[in-house]
Amino acid sequence: MAQIFHRSMNLLSRVSIYGAILVVGALGYALYALALSPWYTEQTMVRPQPVPFSHRHHAGELGIDCRYCHSSVEKSSFAGLPPTQTCMTCHSQIWTNAAMLEPVRASYRDDTSLAWTRVNALPDFVYFDHSIHVSKGIGCTTCHGKIADMALTYRAGTLYMSWCLECHRQPEKYVRPKSEVFNAFYEPPSNQIESGKKLVKEYDIQSLQHCSVCHR
Amino acid sequence: MRTEIDPGKPAARPGATGVRLRARGLGLACLGAVMMLVSGCRLDMHLQPKYLPYEPSEFFADGRSERQPVPGTVARGHLRIDELLYTGRENGVEADRFPFPITRADLQRGQQRYNIYCAPCHDYSGSGRGMIVQRGFPQPPSYHVPRLRQASVGHFVQVMTNGFGAMYSYAARVEPADRWRIAAYIRALQLSQNASLQDVPEAERAKLTQAPAHESSPEGAKQAAGESR
Repeated sequence: MAQIFHRSMNLLSRVSIYGAILVVGALGYALYALALSPWYTEQTMVRPQPVPFSHRHHAGELGIDCRYCHSSVEKSSFAGLPPTQTCMTCHSQIWTNAAMLEPVRASYRDDTSLAWTRVNALPDFVYFDHSIHVSKGIGCTTCHGKIADMALTYRAGTLYMSWCLECHRQPEKYVRPKSEVFNAFYEPPSNQIESGKKLVKEYDIQSLQHCSVCHR
Repeated sequence: MRTEIDPGKPAARPGATGVRLRARGLGLACLGAVMMLVSGCRLDMHLQPKYLPYEPSEFFADGRSERQPVPGTVARGHLRIDELLYTGRENGVEADRFPFPITRADLQRGQQRYNIYCAPCHDYSGSGRGMIVQRGFPQPPSYHVPRLRQASVGHFVQVMTNGFGAMYSYAARVEPADRWRIAAYIRALQLSQNASLQDVPEAERAKLTQAPAHESSPEGAKQAAGESR
């Protein structure tokens, strides 16, 4: 009986087998890279807001403390969005004619809510508490990024579970002295791991990783 | 889409059943794949039927999920019968005593709260030339003018609670006890700007005159840096 396949088919079959593995692998990697890219995680995406509020101006240039507006961050799970009264504390006197601020004035005048678009939103099956994090030496900028340099606010982290666990597994990589938690310009020291380990011990930080810590 | 086998008609050819079975198998596989993909996009656990803080509501006419309590509602443990603590007044007159003893920790808390909520306008030293004033906000009086040095602590608490002139109320941002701690810190600021050598304990006075000599030595500089922190 005559050979059906030419000898060169041996090579072709090998190339196609290994090639298929390679292609599947490459596709898998591409999907992984895509899932971590800001295009998919919407990390650097600026969302439309009723007022183009600038953290760079208020927190960076004017040096207003985070807690001036986010006043419940130390005792509540929710950091707190400021009521319109907080905006008007200053803007009843300065920039009173700015067209940009008309939605704020309208909100104060008519007692209606300013409908901000949420930038850092977790899925509803995740429990997160701001107060415990800031009271254990996790700074605002650790999660929210260089907020004092954001002209328009965007999300700095992926908010993926792996992103949370990165710190929950090794808090010493991120913890800072409690006095620096609200410092928007904090730079970690060169011996972060070393001093971090000391702080983890001093603040009694538990490296909590079981499911029901966050999924309760 | 897959066509159903019509039971009314007999199979056209004997081999056709095998082809149809294979087609059905392929169809099922496709359906399975599509179901797996679709189920991955279900968001009912992401978006649960509950309100998170400040979430909008379509149910209530004002669009807010957070409801105002009925007027006169008192939350458990929040009955405000202590006139001094909550208003800064006693029998309607601004009081010149604290509702609780002020410790060092209270003063430090007061300093922290002052630097967050008051310093933007009143400045870290209480001069009334804070950053927001430099940007055009009406300048508040300095704490170091005679009128405010003689004012009672209850006056400061009352102003924080109710606002004064261009200043809005800070009652929503500063807790009642913290208002007293801030008032205590304002007193400390007033002392700091009007201190004399007689206010310094005798044992410490020598340090003040020696300060420049200390600074030049590395030991003194280190000490100074440590203290300023």
